[in-house]
Amino acid sequence: MSTEQRALPSSDPSRRDFFKIGLVASAGLTLAALVPSALAATGDPTKSAPVFEPNAFVRISEDNTVTVMCKHTEMGQGTYTGLPTIVAEELDADWSQIRAEGAPANAKLYNNLFWGKAQGTGGSSAIANSFAQLRQAGATARAMLIAAAAKQWNVAADSISVAKGVVLHKASGKKATFGSLAKLAATMPVPTDVKFKDPKQYVYVGKKVPRTDSVAKTSGSAIFTQDLKLPGMLTALVAHPPRFGAKVKTFDPTKAKAVRGVVAVVAIPTGVAVVAKDFWSAKKGRDALTVEWDESQATKTSSAELITQYRALAQTPGAVAKKVGDAASTLAKCTKRVDAEFEFPFLAHASMEPLNCVVQISKDGCEVWNGEQNQTGDQFAISAALGIRPDQVKLNQLFVGGSFGRRANPKSDYLLEAVSIAKAINQGATAGVPVKMLWTREDDMAGGYYRPLYVHRISAGVDAQGKPLAWQQRIVGQSIAAGTPFEPMMVQNGVDVTSVEGAANLPYAIPNLQVELHSPRVGIPIQWWRSVGSTHTAFSTETIMDDLAKLAGKDPVAFRTELLAKFPRHLSVMKLAADKAGWGKPLAPGKPGERRGRGIAVHESFNTFVAQVAEVTVASDGSFTVDRVVCAVDCGIIINPDVVVAQMEGGIGYGLSAALSGSITLTDGVVDQSNFHDYPVLRLPEMPKVEVHTVASTENPTGVGEPATPVIAPAVGNALFAATGKRLRKLPFQTSELKA
Amino acid sequence: MIKLNVNGKQLNVEATPDTPLLWVLRDDLQMTGTKYGCGMAMCGACTVWVNGAPTRACQTPVSAVVGQKVTTVEDIAQTPAGKAVQAAWRKLDVVQCGFCQSGQIMAAAALLARNKRPTDAEIDAAMAGNICRCATYVRIRAAIKDAASTLP
Ligand code: FES
Ligand code: FES
Repeated sequence: MSTEQRALPSSDPSRRDFFKIGLVASAGLTLAALVPSALAATGDPTKSAPVFEPNAFVRISEDNTVTVMCKHTEMGQGTYTGLPTIVAEELDADWSQIRAEGAPANAKLYNNLFWGKAQGTGGSSAIANSFAQLRQAGATARAMLIAAAAKQWNVAADSISVAKGVVLHKASGKKATFGSLAKLAATMPVPTDVKFKDPKQYVYVGKKVPRTDSVAKTSGSAIFTQDLKLPGMLTALVAHPPRFGAKVKTFDPTKAKAVRGVVAVVAIPTGVAVVAKDFWSAKKGRDALTVEWDESQATKTSSAELITQYRALAQTPGAVAKKVGDAASTLAKCTKRVDAEFEFPFLAHASMEPLNCVVQISKDGCEVWNGEQNQTGDQFAISAALGIRPDQVKLNQLFVGGSFGRRANPKSDYLLEAVSIAKAINQGATAGVPVKMLWTREDDMAGGYYRPLYVHRISAGVDAQGKPLAWQQRIVGQSIAAGTPFEPMMVQNGVDVTSVEGAANLPYAIPNLQVELHSPRVGIPIQWWRSVGSTHTAFSTETIMDDLAKLAGKDPVAFRTELLAKFPRHLSVMKLAADKAGWGKPLAPGKPGERRGRGIAVHESFNTFVAQVAEVTVASDGSFTVDRVVCAVDCGIIINPDVVVAQMEGGIGYGLSAALSGSITLTDGVVDQSNFHDYPVLRLPEMPKVEVHTVASTENPTGVGEPATPVIAPAVGNALFAATGKRLRKLPFQTSELKA
Repeated sequence: MIKLNVNGKQLNVEATPDTPLLWVLRDDLQMTGTKYGCGMAMCGACTVWVNGAPTRACQTPVSAVVGQKVTTVEDIAQTPAGKAVQAAWRKLDVVQCGFCQSGQIMAAAALLARNKRPTDAEIDAAMAGNICRCATYVRIRAAIKDAASTLP
């Protein structure tokens, strides 16, 4: 995805650096215990340094630990379990000897193979781009361990087998652990033609393997950026302007500086930073601060105005993203048609861990500790801001308290803010001091980089036999890629492909299809949000499919089935979900006055296919519950079925949260929401029962972090329609429209 | 100087009395298992026990817990309910990003400590104040039931 063509010199924080910090830290309180575990890693730290490192991904120590270097961020989606599973499988390791560790920023070794030369995590690509690479890494290490054993025992390599971490020569009964062979294995030539296992022999892939991060995350010991403490570290909060694009005019630091614990108050490009010895001092300092803002360049728009403008734009032709046949003229010939408008609000990611970042500037460069998701882009952005080389920017990977896309900011926004604070205090007594920038929940909520607001307009029609003939769709909303390093790659002929994905590739056999796009420039910072374009296109397209089924007088599943002949994977997940949900069988009735309904939606994103059937109960006042969701997924070869299930559950909950209540609005440029009281999110009592079914497949594995999210809103909307006959086309759902 | 009893230890901290317990735990005592998620008692990430009752540390001034017994996630395994909850969380692999989970575990353990056989409605009521943005709710429910089944 990146357009950076320059080769990236390596920046490889060695483990030794961490031990060095640990020693310095031990002068302080309990810091020594905190700092060495600062890297995102699971399991016990190895007692001995690795002696066998056959490639960038596998490190074997004499204490028999196998460390798998994970190039992709663990932000909940299970990478630190799935990636090591692939290595453990080909290595024939025992799962108990595996530990996962976050790889440092080093695009030469750890680039995302789907992103060219850049390292980063996104687009549900972690497993998909790593599968072959990690099989190779594991199989290579295994072959070298066998070679070492063959040499040590003076037997033929092909008479040696490996299982569950034990290297065995059956004829003689000789056995060895990986740890005992590691030193010798390191001297063996690296084989070039390793053979991968026959999938029939898999012992881990396709089975439930426990998460590597469960223990750390249930004992309070996992270190997130919020938790990091370095010697001498200061904490900073930033006063941001109330409107995007405003700048500091003047500020009076006197009262803030009078707060006990406040060390410095400095202007930075994005506001005024209050730097203190801890959070509470910084917070009190910021509360006491007065800032006057220059709003001459500020955005003063309101979201209601944007909707009006976008609706007008949707009436005019846009850039053509897809054209098959002649939709406009065919529409006129349709016997029955639907013309509908959809509205989607701005959405905050609202990750559980508000944004934060630790930065230390030294004469050698800049060191960052962070839940890092966009390594190469961030290295370039930071190096440019500081006038240093990218290889002087060292990024240390920590656990991430949720991201949903936010920490892969194409403009490196929050990292550059933290860097600007470190730069501003890099003098006098605070020169070179590490600074932890924390955003409060309020900062995070009002900080922008939202899923853009969109309006869609769709006209579609069927012939007298109920066959769909034409579909014309216009999408209006800001381009995520425009103005970022991703623009040359993602914007083609005026169309940001991430704005139309899910619509421009509509799978249904409709002979006349036209999808157009307007990408107005608006000064609200926006960004990708879990499943990107599909967050809106799945809802509009799957809602219209339900409308067309109704116009055709057909059952929604039967109607879609006729149109998906060329898309067997869509078809198979839809059939599986429908079967398991008991589609076609009557739902148990609700209590008197309640209306019940079932709805289906199917959608592909990131090459993973998901269908969901939702069951709802609607009360007479229009309020409703989602009682049950049956989900079917085809993500190719399944690495860890339990992680797949967890991502379907979580993705459904995340999408449902947005569909029920997610909405960021602006009034005269000021964000109206500030915390979870006015940006309500899904809570446990609202979580439906979820049943997940997977499709067995021999296709290459694809991701599961995002694809469940976009499917739930249309499944619920279609269920509400089935229950009430009322069609909701605006998210979040307005329950007032469902009153009996 | 403020005297605290945290996880059975007597500790002295230098903090202004209005400082929320959350920030005393995190910044003064380096006990970072207890998380900041909202600062206004809306999310439950900061849940600790005060004399066994689940309490939002972000809205509790440190002066209010002088003379009280504070328990945090770091020590919750020392209680039978906490131990059972932690084990069930691991068995069912509840966690995703993990950031909310200290608070979830503290809330769940508090529920089971006073009610070993909670109904679905009681689980809903006890856990409604704890947000999980990864939406691990299906497994939180299941793990609470699993933990309950292991308690005598
Ligand atoms: S941080 Fe205390 S409830 Fe959210
Ligand atoms: S596990 Fe991520 S917020 Fe709960």
